[in-house]
Amino acid sequence: MVSQSATKPSYAITIGLVVLVVLLALVSLGTGPVRLSPVTVIDALFGGGTGAQQTIIREIRLPRAILASAIGAVLGLSGAALQGLLRNPLASPSLFGAPQSAAFGAVLMIALGWADVRSYALPVAGIAMAFVSVFVLLSIAGRNAGLLLLILAGLAISSLAGAATSLVMNLSPNPFASLEIAFWLLGSLEDRSFRHVMLALPFIAAGAILLWSQRSAFRALSLGEETAQSLGIDVTRVRLLVITGVALGVGGAVAVSGTIGFIGLVAPHLMRPVVGYDPARLLLPSALTGAALLTAADIAVRIIPSNTDIKVGVLTSIIGVPFFLYLIVRERRALAGGVA
Amino acid sequence: MNGALLRVEGLGVTLSGRAVLKDVSLSFSSRHLVALVGPNGAGKTTLLRALAGLVQSTGTVEVGGDRLSSLPLRERARRFGYLPQGHVVHWPLQVRDIVALGRYPRGATDPARLSPEDEIAVTRAMQATDITTLAARRVTELSGGERSRVALARVLAVEAPILLADEPTASLDPRFQIDVMKNLRSTADNGVLVIVVTHDLALAARFADTILVLSNGRLVAQGTPEQALSEAVMADVFKVTAYRADYQRELVIVPWTGV
Repeated sequence: MVSQSATKPSYAITIGLVVLVVLLALVSLGTGPVRLSPVTVIDALFGGGTGAQQTIIREIRLPRAILASAIGAVLGLSGAALQGLLRNPLASPSLFGAPQSAAFGAVLMIALGWADVRSYALPVAGIAMAFVSVFVLLSIAGRNAGLLLLILAGLAISSLAGAATSLVMNLSPNPFASLEIAFWLLGSLEDRSFRHVMLALPFIAAGAILLWSQRSAFRALSLGEETAQSLGIDVTRVRLLVITGVALGVGGAVAVSGTIGFIGLVAPHLMRPVVGYDPARLLLPSALTGAALLTAADIAVRIIPSNTDIKVGVLTSIIGVPFFLYLIVRERRALAGGVA
Repeated sequence: MNGALLRVEGLGVTLSGRAVLKDVSLSFSSRHLVALVGPNGAGKTTLLRALAGLVQSTGTVEVGGDRLSSLPLRERARRFGYLPQGHVVHWPLQVRDIVALGRYPRGATDPARLSPEDEIAVTRAMQATDITTLAARRVTELSGGERSRVALARVLAVEAPILLADEPTASLDPRFQIDVMKNLRSTADNGVLVIVVTHDLALAARFADTILVLSNGRLVAQGTPEQALSEAVMADVFKVTAYRADYQRELVIVPWTGV
């Protein structure tokens, strides 16, 4: 008998990660100027506790916790999907320029002074720009473009969006606007309301569904595009769907949180030693890991004592990068052997 | 039922403005091993890719009476097993899971959930290529010869009526080259039409039923090894003389010196 697949669905790991995310979310709900125990948190969630506790948990902290896990999840999922699509462990959600473009749209709203009066303007502009970036990417590269062309066009678009963001800061009417933009770009989940959740969640969910639907194609793509095509996969279509999925999910995320680095890159790397290298098997654990990482980071920014509040995007990068270096050193051998 | 399994009429391929294949016509039935030979750049790989529908072409390709262009991708994938050059695997996957990807066109998209039928096909392919003991190994730990057998097992697992193999013996030691060709020979004897691209004229002459000679995108000779690799073809197409002999009642052709 042939031995069984080493890449069996790892239910234990998935369940473990789900439990971790739920626990972290509970801690997140209890963390802040008013500390609450997990029991109080659960009580307040289901309508118990004092009125003040209920307001704090359900209206102030719950949106934040939901956004942290949803955004973390879509970042982890996008990273794993792109690494699967490109067969390259260096791929991250920012590769095709959608997050940078979303950031530009949002920043433009801040500079125009529209971000305060109408709180929808900023996220809507972010999501719209993410879409524009995909449209431009695909019209530059053409529908049947190869991977290299798409990556180059994506690089150009992300540079352009970065430059446009700088230009907006450069031209901003007053130093306060510049500062606001700079802080917004650092990425944060503070003071987000259910309106933000309702706005971002449909895009994040749509993006996640698109990416998830392509999972088995990533597995076949492990053998290269030509072989995948000979196995009956429409590689061009897979590419379009994945790029669109990332733009939807990450664009929606960036539009409400600002740029949050490294989770998309790190989450799949964290999970590979645990669930194996099968790119399809990696999606769900990477998403859950992303959710856990961002929720944990968002707890940390509220616990770490400092004069001004630390932005969660800064923390994910500050901790993410050294950790990533450690992973690279540890995985050096496997990566050197695995990736041509 | 005497219709050909694969029928090609006036096949042409143009890549970036250059006609790489011109007016290729051929027709083969099952249970046949065809070797596709020709100098570098003759269009051998392009012909294989056009047959598998991986590259835009003009003319007609018919498989079992159906036009290739009218078949959905999945259905094409069930009719052609395609083994490209190089045997790339981008992640350190397990050998068995790679072989199981051969069942993808049959709907087995998850190697951990194979139907009994798929499981049998995978086992059979691994036995045929003698890699059963490697099943649990990661492909990155294997030698070049082992990797090429894994790639061959993957394409055998498709169990398609037509198998297209692009230089499956390249960079293998003589023993493995012979093993791979014997494998393809017995695959053909079991009812499959096998078309194999090779630069090794000696292996082609020894194992193939029919040899196709491509030169500058045209089919210039076709027939038994004796006919297709005649002295004239060797001189005109390959620009070499060849030593010819009989060994154990099989034709031996060894390219000897340039002309």
